[in-house]
Amino acid sequence: MTGILRPAATTVSLFTVLLGLAAPAAMTGIAGAVFPSQAGGSLIERDGAIVGSALIGQAFSAPGYFHPRPSAAGEGYDAAAGAASQQGPISARLVEAVRERVGTAGSRPVPADAVTASGSGLDPHVSPDNAARQVARVAAARGLPEARVLTLLQNHTEGRELGLLGDPRVNILQLNLALDALR
Amino acid sequence: MTLIGWAQIALVLAAVLAAAIPLGRYIAAVAEGRIRWLRPVEALFFRAGGIDPSAEQGWRTYAIAMLAVNALGFLLLYLILRLQGMLPLNPRGLDGLSPWLAFNTAVSFVSNTNWQAYSGEVAMSYLSQMAGLTVQNFLSASTGVALALAVSRAFARGGIRSLGNFWADFIRITLYVLLPLSVVVGLVFVALGMPQTFADYVTATTLEGGEQLIPLGPAAFQVAIKHLGTNGGGFFGVNALHPFEGPSALATAIQIWSQAVIPFSLCIAFGHLVQDARQGRTLLAVMLGFVVVAAAAIYAAEAAGTPVMASLGVDLAQGNMEGKDVRFGLALAALFTATTTGASCGAVNAMFSSFTPLGGMVPLFLIQLGEVLPGGVGSGLYGMLIFALLAVFIAGLMVGRTPEYLGKKVQAREIKLAMLAVLVLPATILGFTAVSMALPLATASLAHAGPHGLTEMLYAFTSAAGNNGSAFGGLTADTAWLNTTLGMAMLLGRFAYVVPVMAIAGSLAAKVKTPEGNGTLPTHGPLFAGLLAGVILILGGLQFLPSLALGPLAEHFVMLAGKTF
Repeated sequence: MTGILRPAATTVSLFTVLLGLAAPAAMTGIAGAVFPSQAGGSLIERDGAIVGSALIGQAFSAPGYFHPRPSAAGEGYDAAAGAASQQGPISARLVEAVRERVGTAGSRPVPADAVTASGSGLDPHVSPDNAARQVARVAAARGLPEARVLTLLQNHTEGRELGLLGDPRVNILQLNLALDALR
Repeated sequence: MTLIGWAQIALVLAAVLAAAIPLGRYIAAVAEGRIRWLRPVEALFFRAGGIDPSAEQGWRTYAIAMLAVNALGFLLLYLILRLQGMLPLNPRGLDGLSPWLAFNTAVSFVSNTNWQAYSGEVAMSYLSQMAGLTVQNFLSASTGVALALAVSRAFARGGIRSLGNFWADFIRITLYVLLPLSVVVGLVFVALGMPQTFADYVTATTLEGGEQLIPLGPAAFQVAIKHLGTNGGGFFGVNALHPFEGPSALATAIQIWSQAVIPFSLCIAFGHLVQDARQGRTLLAVMLGFVVVAAAAIYAAEAAGTPVMASLGVDLAQGNMEGKDVRFGLALAALFTATTTGASCGAVNAMFSSFTPLGGMVPLFLIQLGEVLPGGVGSGLYGMLIFALLAVFIAGLMVGRTPEYLGKKVQAREIKLAMLAVLVLPATILGFTAVSMALPLATASLAHAGPHGLTEMLYAFTSAAGNNGSAFGGLTADTAWLNTTLGMAMLLGRFAYVVPVMAIAGSLAAKVKTPEGNGTLPTHGPLFAGLLAGVILILGGLQFLPSLALGPLAEHFVMLAGKTF
C-alpha cells in the first residue's frame, strides 16, 4: 500500500504547490507587468474615480444616455451577481416580460437584443440597430443635433473582430462616456 | 444564418484540426517518454515519490494508482473548501462551504465534471480557486489522458500484461502538455481582457451615480486550463458569458479551440501509438462529423428564433437573443455549445435554458451519446474505443467472424465489460431523473412547469453522469438532495465507467496480435466510420429517445401550438 500512497501523496502535494500557488503567482506577476490594465479588470477612471470596467455593462435609465439590454443580474447590472433570466422559450413569464418591453420600445419590429435579457446580465454591448433607435431620444434630452449623436454612435460602433469573428456592436458605457465628454 | 457565420465556424474548426495533428504527435512522444525538456522538474517528482517511471504496471495497479491520486485530490479539495474561512487569500472574507456543497464541488472537480452548484465570485476565495479548483482542473485532465494512453497501449502491444506506468504518464502529461499550453493560452486571455490579479473587488461609481461592485481575481490561468482540460468550471458564476471570462468573440473562439484541441489530438496520438495513423484519423473524422452536424443544428435553430417572439413584435433577424450576449454572435455561440457538450467541457457562452426547444435538445443529446464527440480529454478517446469494439463486434456478428480490432480478438469478456461501461450512463441518468421527478423535495428545485421542467432535471443528471458539468439553468441545484445525488452520478459516470474500461485494456494487452488477413474488417475508412457513427447513435442515443420526446420535443410542439407555461 505504501507503494501507492507515497507517490500519490507527494504528487498531489507537489502539484498543489506548482499548479495551485507558484504558477498562478507567476502568471499574476507577468500579467501585471505586461498587461496591467487588462489584468486589473480594464477599469475606467474619470476625474480620478473609477466609473466602471470597459468590459462590463452598467445600468442606464436617464433619457440622455444610451440604454443597455435588459439584465437579470441582481437588480440589473449587478456585476457581482451576473445572471441570466433562465426563462425557457415558452415560459409565460418570458412572454410577459418581452411584451412589456416591446410596448415601450417604439416602432415594431424591435431588435431582439433590445427586449431580451442577456446571458451574463452584464452585456456591455447592444446591436447597432438597437443603439440607432435611441439616437433621437438621447439627442433631444441633451439638446444636441441628432446628426452629432449619430456620428458619435458611428464612431463607437465596433466591427467584427479581425474582420470576421462575432457581430458588430456598440459598447454602451464607452459611448455614454463619450457623450458626457461632448460640449 | 449568414455566410460570415458559417465562415466563423469553419475557421475555428480548421484551427483546431491544424493544431491537433502536431499536438497529437507531441503527446505520443510524451507518452513514450521522448520529451524531456523539463527533466529536472520531472526528476524531482520521481525522486520525492519514489517512482521508477520505467516500471510497468498491470491494469489493476494502474487503476489503483489513478484512484489513489483522485481520492487524495478529493480529500484535499474538500478540506480547502470547508476550511476556506480560515485560509489566506480570501479578500472577501468568505466562509467555508456547507458539507453538501463541498462534497458536490470536490467530486465535481475531481471527476472532470465541474458541475457548479455555487457561483464563484460569491462563494470562492482566491485560494480555493487556485490551490483547490485549478489544481483539480489539471489533475482530472491528466488522469483522463493517462487512462487514454494506457488503453492505447493495450492495442499497440501484444502478449504483454502491462499498460505503462501511471505516475510517469500522469506527471508527464501535466508538465509537458497541460501546464505549458495553459500558460500560453492564459497570457493570451489576459491580453484579451481577463483579470489575473490578487487585488480585492473594486467598487465603481457608475455614470448615473449608482454603485457597482466589480469582482476580480486570478481568473485567466484557471480559465485556460478550464477549457484545455475540458473541465468547464467557471471562475465566475455565469461562466464564459461573464465579460471577464469571455471578453470578446476572439476570446470565445480561442476557448472553443482550447476545449476541442486536446480531445481531437488524442486520436492522432492514438494513431501514432498503434503505428497506424489511419485508425486515429477515422475516429477523429467520426467525432468531427458529429460536431459539425450539431453546431449546424444549433445555429439553424437559434438563428430561426421562436414564433412566440415574432408574434410579440420582435425582429427575428438577430435570432433568439434571450440568454445570449451580443459580442459572440450566434455562430460562435452554436459552435461553442456543440464543442462544450460534445467534448465534455461544460463551459457555456450562451444559456441553454433559453434556447429554442430543438436548439436546447442538441447539447443534451450530445452528452447522452456518451461524451465521445470528441469527448473529454482522454475520456473521449477511451469512450470512443469502447464504441469501436462494440462496432466490430456487431459487424462480426453480421458476417459470422470473430471480431478483431487492430489485430486483437474481441471476445465475450471484453464485450460484457464494454456493455457494463456503456450502460452506466443511461442507468445513472434515467434512474436518478425518474426518482427525482417523483420526489417533491427534488421537483421543488425546478424553475419551470411542463416539459421544460423535465428537461431541467434530465439535463442535470445527464450533465453530471456524462461528466460534462454544464447546467441547463433554472434548476436550484444547491440542495442536500441534488448535491448528493448529482455527486453520486458524477462518481458513477467517471469511475464506474473507467474500471471496466481498464479491465478491457488489461485483457486486450495480454492478447497476441493476429496478423491482418483477407477476411479482416478494415477499421479505417468511410465504411467503418459509418458503422461506428451508427453504433454511437443506436447504442448511445436510442435509450434516451423517450425522455427527449417528453422534454424538448414535446416543448417544441407546444411552442408551435402557441401555448405557454
